[in-house]
Amino acid sequence: MAKSTTQTALARLIADGEAAILADWVRTMSSDTRISAQEAQGQGKEFLHALGKALATGNGSDIRAPEFNAVRDILAGFSRSRALQGFSPSETAIFVFSLKQALFERVRATTGDIQQMADSVWTLSLLLDQLGLYTVETFQKTREELIERQREEIEELSTPVVKLWEGIVALPLIGTLDSARTQVVMQNLLESIVQTGAEIAIIDITGVPTVDTLTAQHLLKTVSAARLMGADCLISGIRPQIAQTIVQLGVELNVTSKATLADALALALKRTGRSVEKSKNNGKPHEPAAEPRD
Amino acid sequence: MPTTTETLPIKMGDDIVRVRQRVRVRATEVGLSLVDQTKLITAASELARNALDYGKGGQAVIETVSEQRRGVRVTFCDNGPGIANVELALSDGYSTGTGLGHGLGGARRLVDEFHIDSKIGQGTTVTIARWKR
Amino acid sequence: MDSIPILKIGNALLVTIQVDMHDQLANRLQEDLTTRIVQHRARGVLIDISALEIVDSFIGRMLANIASVSRLLDADTVVVGMRPEVAITLVELGLGLPGVKTALNAERGLAMIGGVDGRDSTDDADDD
Repeated sequence: MAKSTTQTALARLIADGEAAILADWVRTMSSDTRISAQEAQGQGKEFLHALGKALATGNGSDIRAPEFNAVRDILAGFSRSRALQGFSPSETAIFVFSLKQALFERVRATTGDIQQMADSVWTLSLLLDQLGLYTVETFQKTREELIERQREEIEELSTPVVKLWEGIVALPLIGTLDSARTQVVMQNLLESIVQTGAEIAIIDITGVPTVDTLTAQHLLKTVSAARLMGADCLISGIRPQIAQTIVQLGVELNVTSKATLADALALALKRTGRSVEKSKNNGKPHEPAAEPRD
Repeated sequence: MPTTTETLPIKMGDDIVRVRQRVRVRATEVGLSLVDQTKLITAASELARNALDYGKGGQAVIETVSEQRRGVRVTFCDNGPGIANVELALSDGYSTGTGLGHGLGGARRLVDEFHIDSKIGQGTTVTIARWKR
Repeated sequence: MDSIPILKIGNALLVTIQVDMHDQLANRLQEDLTTRIVQHRARGVLIDISALEIVDSFIGRMLANIASVSRLLDADTVVVGMRPEVAITLVELGLGLPGVKTALNAERGLAMIGGVDGRDSTDDADDD
């Protein structure tokens, strides 16, 4: 690809006027945003430098090209840290867009030829627009990653597996179960079964208001998977509405179901060869011999 | 992260193991969860075995994708007789050794994307992919 | 050709699968087991798959075959140590393991052998 003379000229312009451009730029940035002058100075200098080098190669029309790797890296790092600090996308993009002003000013001051000035401004405009958009994209991605991470943490916190007895665990589900959450929950349950060596897992859905086909199917798959691993499952707490929904959906719940968690526990104890008896003195602790008052 | 492509021959039993191992490496690079990795590798194992048993051998192309979404795509081609009725093969579910089912239906359930192209006398090409959530 | 070691524990045989199995190895294992079951009059076969990250239809069929042959020789087959992600995948695949009992670990598996409380992986005992 032929080197663009406009670009190489711009590269020289940036190199020659770096100090002036930087000063102008920093002034615009600081007045518009929360970026401190010192920070703006440091990051701006780095960016200008990289931009100049990229333009010097003369291949600077596509910011995705390898010549712009350094530039993109700087912007990506900048965007990411801004996103994590809670800046808005606009505040972050201003970093790039406010450079336009400073650069245009410089071009105007140093270029005599009208045609050349137009070419330079056009090239700069196209380039900086792309870079500005890139900044926003990276910002978005970082925000999304953050939200995803938080979502995962919430999921983990809200579905603990509880050991009810030796070899018996319970998974009390609360709230609506969407497809993604259900899968995570089920994996947790299976992991717990391995870790605790549980023989029976009770899935209690008292706190689940509605169940759709996908969720019902996930439940079933979890039960099947637990069986394959050598544990058994019981379901407890199915509300009447949910029972009707499941039947209407035509989902075959091939698992023992108990009305309450208590019933399920009783059955689980029985299945694991245990029974519960009332102790002789009716559960009251032995009374200590009366002690004198003083 | 760069996009990578590697091609592995499927000519004997050991090659199926290689395919599993390489898919594992790529799936880990891309960051798929353990369950998703297991599903993808199992599907790949099924298809590689098909290529060997029914397809008289072929090859597997493993690509990692990292544009809009991150994921792993595996394409299996064989030079076998082809499948007469693809619909039927897909709905076949699983047989326990009588050799009727190609297991394609099962493999399809394990992946996010599944494409199959097969003509009598021209072999079969199956492409599967799993994306990072 | 290498083979998988078979251990005798009481009246049972224990096999631990730790490598990616190819056809020859799988066939060899089935042959060896059949011989040893008869030789020791074993009542059960315990197959530990806790090291397996992947169980595909090939392995599935091998396990089911072992169970069928063992059954004919009056021995139970118990597969132990299946990993959660493997279980989830097998369910999605639609691959049940007919005739194969399962347990969380070897200890439980041994307890299931030759006893009446052995549970099939496809059972849903309803005892209330």
